[in-house]
Amino acid sequence: MTDNSADDRKLPNYKLRFLILLILTVICIFVSFAVGRFSLDISTAAALMYVKIVSMFDPHVVLAQNYADYSVLFNIRLPRVIAALLVGAALSVAGAAYQGMFQNPLVSPDILGASAGAGFGAAVAILLGLGSTDIMIFAFFGGLAAVGGAYGVSLLSKGPSTLSMVLAGILVSSLFSAGLSYIKLVADTTNELPAITYWLMGSLASMTWMHVIYVLPIILIGLIPLFLLKWRINILTLGEDEARSLGVNTGLLRLAVIVCATLLTAASVSITGVIGWVGLVIPHFARMAFGCDYRRIIPVSVVMGACFLLAVDDCARTMATIEVPIGILTAFLGAPIFAYLLITGGRH
Amino acid sequence: MSLDVSNLSFSYTKESRLVLNGVSFSAKSGDLLAVLGPNGVGKSTLFRCILGFLTNYSGQIQLNGIDLKKLDSRSIARMVAYIPQSTYPVFNFAVLDLVLMGMTNQIRLLGEPKAEHVEKALKAMKSLGIDKLKNAGYAEISGGERQLALIARALVQDAKILIMDEPTANLDYGNQIRVMRRIRKLADAGYLIILSTHNPEHAFLYANRVLVIKDGCVIADGIPSADLTAELIGTVYGVKVHVDDYQNIAGVHKICVPVDTDYSDNADD
Repeated sequence: MTDNSADDRKLPNYKLRFLILLILTVICIFVSFAVGRFSLDISTAAALMYVKIVSMFDPHVVLAQNYADYSVLFNIRLPRVIAALLVGAALSVAGAAYQGMFQNPLVSPDILGASAGAGFGAAVAILLGLGSTDIMIFAFFGGLAAVGGAYGVSLLSKGPSTLSMVLAGILVSSLFSAGLSYIKLVADTTNELPAITYWLMGSLASMTWMHVIYVLPIILIGLIPLFLLKWRINILTLGEDEARSLGVNTGLLRLAVIVCATLLTAASVSITGVIGWVGLVIPHFARMAFGCDYRRIIPVSVVMGACFLLAVDDCARTMATIEVPIGILTAFLGAPIFAYLLITGGRH
Repeated sequence: MSLDVSNLSFSYTKESRLVLNGVSFSAKSGDLLAVLGPNGVGKSTLFRCILGFLTNYSGQIQLNGIDLKKLDSRSIARMVAYIPQSTYPVFNFAVLDLVLMGMTNQIRLLGEPKAEHVEKALKAMKSLGIDKLKNAGYAEISGGERQLALIARALVQDAKILIMDEPTANLDYGNQIRVMRRIRKLADAGYLIILSTHNPEHAFLYANRVLVIKDGCVIADGIPSADLTAELIGTVYGVKVHVDDYQNIAGVHKICVPVDTDYSDNADD
């Protein structure tokens, strides 16, 4: 038609960019083994990892290292690194999927109330004096209940479904926030209230293998369908009418995305507490570097989100003499980025 | 391919007024049916019924003789494609990726487009002259190109009925004509095209059928040059117009110009 500078444009080398992202993540993982109060240099960590892996396959190889090094690496840092990678990936993919589904780049994974529900669930468990496993379970089901409630309300309401879903999410979130405030009010101020407050800030400080083993299957259950449906999510971004005219059962596809994204968000929040901004910001960076196609956005969000949260967690561990809750740090980083997105209109 | 609509009525709620009131018409392959009528008379509602978005209508819609209500969205998508107005997109997909989405009903639920799909998409884009834009962002191309990209997406859907909601809205004068010319060629190639427009000249120049709707009722159904009279356009839109023959090398065709001799606001009331 008209002459356009967009003619014959070459696509960027996405494979190279993805490779760089992967290398960056691997570097980040090894750096994470080394940083912290207990000094453990990268080469020792790498050697320990190597021997550990070999010893799993060959019983003749025995770990002959300083016990403290071993314990710090395998019982403290490794589960924490894996948890950071999993939670970062899960929140970012959930955010990316929701942004596509709601056709809005300013949507975050807790749009349907998952965080508010999880926060309420955790607070109830803390108020009842339950242990950390129960807090995790209460938080997880609290998150599921909130999203289930929001989805139910949106189904019963008339009007455009994505709009009613957003409104139902706001409604359910504020309900659970009110519940949370009430629990804070009645909680005892010496133990329970600080515990609730600290939980809500979000932290990876107490990650153990138990957390990783609990959260891994749920995250995989949420992630795998989104991976398989990643091209179809493109079609949801067109909106209800266009997607239906292309022959897509939008109701079912949307439900699948909600179930997966909710599992990802609720599982993450239940072990770490509320970590905001990651799920909002990472999909944006992914789109800036890799375009809008969800065939790329989903895998890129996994790697980028994992790498980002791990890097932020390293900062949380090393910035001050006491550990800064990661939820605070992500907000400090996320808020200016969000401002930038608002100013530029959120389009790339 | 044929489309038969008989006695179609629709209202959004039981109490509200009928948006469509006993609409009947038929169309077949090769038809370019222009639907005229002021804003809010039910043109979009009619389209949404034919596309299967709205199902609680009374009357009957048949695609190739099959009742629309008996078809699921996947089967409807194989027969009817929808070309919305080209709006500025939220996500800036590459044009090729957008066109590939037209093949959703030919790709397994968990599948993704393969080389053959890409080839088909590029072929459709080439037939519309936009193949060079395959890697350009959909948000960065012109409105006319965006409309053509949406048409390419509909073509790869392999549906023979194309429903277009004001395809020339938001387009500049030149792009309106270029897009309409492409659409006419598609009708000549055997597609059944229904489009809404507010421009009688587009109906005169490119359509072989015209349907005029007012207050949910069909008030004229015929051939544009014969049935779209100045009187009819005047009644429907509430303005005075003058329709005349215009002779050029291609032959005689009709032109429509608004007549506004009286500049006072109440001239037509």
